[in-house]
Amino acid sequence: MPISLTLGPLMFNWSPERWRDFYARIADEAPVERVCIGEVVCSKRLPFIVDLFAAAVERLQRAGKSVLMSSLALPTLMRERRQIDELIAVPGVMIEINDLSAVPQLGGRPFAVSPLINVYNEGTLAFLKRCGAVLACLPPEMPLSAIAALAPLAAGVTLEAWAFGRVPLAISARCYHARVRGLAKDSCQFVCGDDPDGLPVDTLDGERFLAVNGVQTMSHTYADLTGDAAALIAAGVSSFRLSPHSCDMVEVARIFREAAEGRCGPAEARRRLAAELPAAQFSNGFLHGKPGWRQLAAAE
Amino acid sequence: MTNGRIELVCPAGTPAALRAAVEAGADAVYCGFADETNARNFPGLNFSRAEMADSIAHAHRRGAKVMIAVNTFPRAGSPALWHQAIDDVAQLGADAAIVADMGLLDYAAGTHPALRLHLSVQAAAANPDAINFYVERFGVKRVVLPRVLTVAEIAAINREISCETEVFVFGGLCVMAEGRCSLSSYATSRSPNMNGVCSPPSHVSYAEKNGELVSRLGEFTINRAPRGTPMPYPTLCKGRFRAGGVTGHIFEDPASLDASELIPQLAAAGVTAFKIEGRQRSRSYTDAVVRAFSAALDAQARGAAIPVGMLAALSEGGSTTRGAYQKTWR
Repeated sequence: MPISLTLGPLMFNWSPERWRDFYARIADEAPVERVCIGEVVCSKRLPFIVDLFAAAVERLQRAGKSVLMSSLALPTLMRERRQIDELIAVPGVMIEINDLSAVPQLGGRPFAVSPLINVYNEGTLAFLKRCGAVLACLPPEMPLSAIAALAPLAAGVTLEAWAFGRVPLAISARCYHARVRGLAKDSCQFVCGDDPDGLPVDTLDGERFLAVNGVQTMSHTYADLTGDAAALIAAGVSSFRLSPHSCDMVEVARIFREAAEGRCGPAEARRRLAAELPAAQFSNGFLHGKPGWRQLAAAE
Repeated sequence: MTNGRIELVCPAGTPAALRAAVEAGADAVYCGFADETNARNFPGLNFSRAEMADSIAHAHRRGAKVMIAVNTFPRAGSPALWHQAIDDVAQLGADAAIVADMGLLDYAAGTHPALRLHLSVQAAAANPDAINFYVERFGVKRVVLPRVLTVAEIAAINREISCETEVFVFGGLCVMAEGRCSLSSYATSRSPNMNGVCSPPSHVSYAEKNGELVSRLGEFTINRAPRGTPMPYPTLCKGRFRAGGVTGHIFEDPASLDASELIPQLAAAGVTAFKIEGRQRSRSYTDAVVRAFSAALDAQARGAAIPVGMLAALSEGGSTTRGAYQKTWR
């Protein structure tokens, strides 16, 4: 099966200008098959970017990429629940669900399942396939052993692994960015926009631990599965998800493209990634059934 | 609702705790099998099949229900353990299975159509569309609401859904949407979804450093406290950390949920059942909390005032919060 790359939805609150320029460059230069756009984390950010969607979709499609519109992770307000209607209205796109409430609203249309949906086993995957799922990015905490057990039973649903970027670990109704800044969520002043890759959370002993992104909590480490790409492909994974960060995502996509196709070895891939992100700590512990933050030798 | 009273659903980690809860006035008790099928998979806790059979018989004799949580996510390639658990819930005559995984709900609804299904809080169904989806697809009769909703949102949900709701009113508070959190496995490799544990004791350590006690989870410091002061259990999201120049409880204070003062509002919001957290707690704790809440619900049913601060002594570190039920928590 040919290997594909998916650029996941931008998790962070970037300015509209930065957002527009980012997707323009992705459309023109990034060697990825699919691009997810949309706001997953906080509906308060949507008004700033929603008017940019149509042009971005058109440019990405013209460049030959499939576009997925990603829904909100935790819709509770009425306007949040109606968001799906707006996403469905965009022509030629597929919806990526980040909450199950989207499924009935899709009315049987094909859809993708985000890593924030709990697909841990063949029973759930089969059920979602009956509902219309055609692609599932698996929960980042799933070990390779479970992925290998699931893949033969995927029955035609494309399986994707969270391969690059800070890992989304939790979602809450509480906004930690606002809380850290002494603000209420309702009058947050959009302070999450100050941290284009999330706000680091360190332990009292100075260990780098987590990052907060509004209502979302992420890993401090950046997942990097370049070294495990061959094992994942052997297990039956056929797509890799790259999560946007402020580094050069076109170069990140090139590295993963070459790694997935065996044109760039794990050591070389790591060297190139580290050059893009000199301060980052990388991890693949989840895949090996170890603490997620750890960096282990690549899976065989 | 029993005799006009809101149903009180109480935790039991052991057969003895189940008996204590029934004695203390629980309308229903929830518990789990002694394996990774339930989200409180702690050593020395939970029920063998024989204990479950005896406990159900005991509860039913006293007019109480037993609900069995099969609320972790089955491991790929080995669903048999979870399917067997569902089969046993039906065969043992329990009053409901509490389930989170879609595949397992699908199995339960298809294999045991008469089995009453409750949607676990681990399913994180936080709005009417998601809840109604579970009702329509699997015949779910009750949803345990995530602890991320305000009272007003709960009332709005109840107006739009076609099943009962159950809400947590007391005990440990998850600050994250339950069932959507991998913080624990990030630090320890073991998570609520995959292993039924959060911040497991097997990965906790304590050390003295510069006259302070340091609590650690895996390789990370969760809290420090001067010697002689109380040190809460190092649950990851309730630790003290540094972010943006601020040092403190970045995610949540180590307070426990106490919504007893909100009983009238939650009743008015249309909630069917109140749930107490704490299957890992002692029998005496269960007894005290259940008695207090049972008395409060009796008062509520009579239209009398709810006693204030009745449970302060039982809370973690003595401090309590109304959690997300109040919008300012966000």
